[in-house]
Amino acid sequence: MSVSLLSLLVLALAVAGFLIGRARALKAAGGDARRLHSLPGYYGQSVVLFTAVPAFLLMAAWLILQPILIDGRITAALGPQVAPDATAAQLAMADVRRIAGGLDAMQAAGGFTDDQIAGMRADLADIRGRLAEVGVALGAEVRPEIFEAAKSYRLQQKTGAMLMSVAVLLVAAAGMAFALRRIDRDFRARNVSETFVLWLLIGAALIAILTTVGIVLSMLSESIRFFGMYPAGEFFFGTVWNPQFRGGSDLGLLPLLWGTLYITLVSMLVSVPIGLFAAIYTAEYAPQRVRNVVKPLIEVIAGIPTVVFGLFALVTVGPFLRDWFAQPLGLGTSGSSVMTAGIVIGILNIPFISSLADDIINAVPQSLRDGSLGLGATRSETIRNVVLPAALPGIVGAILMAASRAIGETMIVTMGAGAAAKMDLNPFEAMTTITVKIVSQLTGDTEFNSPETLVAFALGITLFVITLGLNVLALWIVRKYREQYE
Amino acid sequence: MTEVLQHQPAIPARPAAGDRSLYAASTKMRRRNAAETRFRLYGVAAVAVSLLTLAIMLFTIIRDGSSAFRQAMLTFPVTIDAAIVDKTGSRDPVQMARVTTVGYGRLLGNSLAAHLAERGIAVEGVDDGDIANMISKDAPARLRDRVLADPSLVGQTIELTVLAAGRIDGYIKGRVTRETAERDSNVTPGQLEMADRLIEAGILETRFNTAFLTAPDASDQRPEAAGLGIAIIGSAYMMVMVLIFTLPVGVAASIYLEEFAPKNRFTDLIEVNISNLAAVPSIVFGILGLAIFINFAGLPQSSSLVGALVISLMTLPTIIIATRAAIRAVPPSIRDAALGVGASKMQAVFHHVLPLAMPGILTGTILGLASALGETAPLLLIGMVAFVTNYPSAPPEGVLDPATALPVQVYSWASRADPAFLERSSGAIIVLLVFLVIMNVTAIVMRRRFERRW
Repeated sequence: MSVSLLSLLVLALAVAGFLIGRARALKAAGGDARRLHSLPGYYGQSVVLFTAVPAFLLMAAWLILQPILIDGRITAALGPQVAPDATAAQLAMADVRRIAGGLDAMQAAGGFTDDQIAGMRADLADIRGRLAEVGVALGAEVRPEIFEAAKSYRLQQKTGAMLMSVAVLLVAAAGMAFALRRIDRDFRARNVSETFVLWLLIGAALIAILTTVGIVLSMLSESIRFFGMYPAGEFFFGTVWNPQFRGGSDLGLLPLLWGTLYITLVSMLVSVPIGLFAAIYTAEYAPQRVRNVVKPLIEVIAGIPTVVFGLFALVTVGPFLRDWFAQPLGLGTSGSSVMTAGIVIGILNIPFISSLADDIINAVPQSLRDGSLGLGATRSETIRNVVLPAALPGIVGAILMAASRAIGETMIVTMGAGAAAKMDLNPFEAMTTITVKIVSQLTGDTEFNSPETLVAFALGITLFVITLGLNVLALWIVRKYREQYE
Repeated sequence: MTEVLQHQPAIPARPAAGDRSLYAASTKMRRRNAAETRFRLYGVAAVAVSLLTLAIMLFTIIRDGSSAFRQAMLTFPVTIDAAIVDKTGSRDPVQMARVTTVGYGRLLGNSLAAHLAERGIAVEGVDDGDIANMISKDAPARLRDRVLADPSLVGQTIELTVLAAGRIDGYIKGRVTRETAERDSNVTPGQLEMADRLIEAGILETRFNTAFLTAPDASDQRPEAAGLGIAIIGSAYMMVMVLIFTLPVGVAASIYLEEFAPKNRFTDLIEVNISNLAAVPSIVFGILGLAIFINFAGLPQSSSLVGALVISLMTLPTIIIATRAAIRAVPPSIRDAALGVGASKMQAVFHHVLPLAMPGILTGTILGLASALGETAPLLLIGMVAFVTNYPSAPPEGVLDPATALPVQVYSWASRADPAFLERSSGAIIVLLVFLVIMNVTAIVMRRRFERRW
């Protein structure tokens, strides 16, 4: 039974439960809804909740756990001859899954019965040729062990799916019976279903925490595996980044960190002055009409996807800087460089800084300005000596958050900064960042047992800690130094 | 104050008459006013620079990308020669399928060369092989599909419109010139000369390129055939799923936090968590998706389901923040009135607060989806950058098929060597921006239309 059909069945049960529950409550009250504790609909609603919610939760848990359990059992059954280590086991499992999928396709196309497939032998029949006919191309002849594993994989999957259907329907029916039995005239149906809904709401709010836990756990566990293969000291303090596919790589973080921080610095040099002055102009000088046009236009920049900025860096900014600055000054011949990526990230961050700073400047009370102007200061003196100091904690917070965004930015640096990991002072050289290396180590065909791949998780957790630290620091500064004018 | 006064120059007892008037600014005042003007100009300059970069960016994209919507096409009669496409003469599709695209390529090349010879169009140094190379490598496959689907075409002569090769297309669009052609192994100046003649004869022309919006991606050698079809389907699948995953959960979480959560450490923890999640770099969500959804749960790589799950986790904080703002904007008097006539708290929220907050919630959701649509980095990690040429099947099973997404397609085209893909990449951005503009305008119109001032 497919998942969608099963879901439809559960939903149908729930609808039936609603109608029966409602009717049952009305019957218990002798047809007079006023004699019930709650409105009749609530009796139906309580049945719906008890029928559908546990059943769907069970289904979700089953769908997640079943593949993991079956994979584990098949891998164990393959034994040490076929799968001596984790990599071989993964490859063998991939074969098993493809053959199992091919057997399904064969059954659909050729009308084999289950018994016929169970009787097929890889050492007797041309399984590879038959699979190729249904569109499953295999690299090598099918080994009998693998083929047997694929058959058992298929069988276990089928059994699992059937068991799931039975279990889900049983749970739904049991929940429905339980809820229906509770219905009588004095059953507090509204309170019960409201408490149930409240728990659902709490569950939804918990997803945020689960996500964070998932991020930290997934990166931590893989990072620990990485540090088991590669010494942590060499990762954090190594100055050479040179991954090799045959092992013996140098995976030092420092060149990547240097590139990241250098690009971030350049981007801040672009975005902070422009963003701040734009905010000062829109908040303090611009007439309302100009402000109404300029502010949304600047915020349009924030709505443009970063990959567009990446292409802009690659096609426009990079060649421009190369032809007009780097080459005439003899500083390099590379279109992708720290400057390219830094300037474009700076542009990306202008609306972020300007809209945050605009809000903060507007929050400074008018009385402070009036006092300063009344003492004879010009407007710019008022802004520099009164408004900005009063808004400083918020502005520093905004700048730190912009820095954290620049550090975590991926597409612009992937397309505009280059891939060479080096520690150089020349801003027109191509350098690379943590995020670029995460992308390059994790895209393409990766196997999850080499330090060259796992290093991406260590880089990820480093990035996570840095950006989280900057954000927490920003919040702390805002809270600690904020002036309360009310 | 005394300290301040000590630093001030002594006030002149009486300005010399005629020396300065009250109407003329003193030197110091002039300096201060100049500083004021300068400061103001910095502000104007900052705004101008930001708007100018925005304008330059949009201009370069439209300049580079708008030509992707038009494509050079060759129109000429083709005789589907039975001797080539159906050697057995049986008209049996199984037998005919043994003829590969090479055979159809020969058929097309011969037909074009014959047609040109018939009309007397010739350029010195351009032989039949060069003429055949002016047809896209994609055209034989299209013709083969068409003939296999309808074997009655064999033996007939049909008027066929096929894609011209990428370099010829580039010549019409100005990307390829005779100078570059001399250094290019894929095209000769003679072929460009021939292209000019073909345009005069009406055989070669540019037409609106619907295939750009519907066709799947194509390999490096056939930029002229590459399209956005799969990317648009993949993005659409993902956006629908993101909406299904995030809207109920986001609204439920917001209702709890705004209306029911007690003020305690646990609630604080959730709130800090949500605001921090909104600031986590998107690539970190890609790592999470790779580790949990693909490695741990075993969901298929490159599938739009995994993409949607990852993007949902990323978008959820944004939607929660917007929804909470919308719920907070409903005045307490509404709740009080509902509670006052005997509604339970849950009834007050679901019957009164939520419907009133709905326009704000939907506006925030659309804006969240718009930013989710442009998200690229996490999708690279879960394998959506793969080269996919088969359309995903219809939902619900289709969400497990390999697909790609619009912004990822922009990236993968931009990283290819042939400059023809640059045009495609910019064209894809135009399509992406059109979708974003539609979503944002919908959000703004909704806000204008349903916004309520209390």
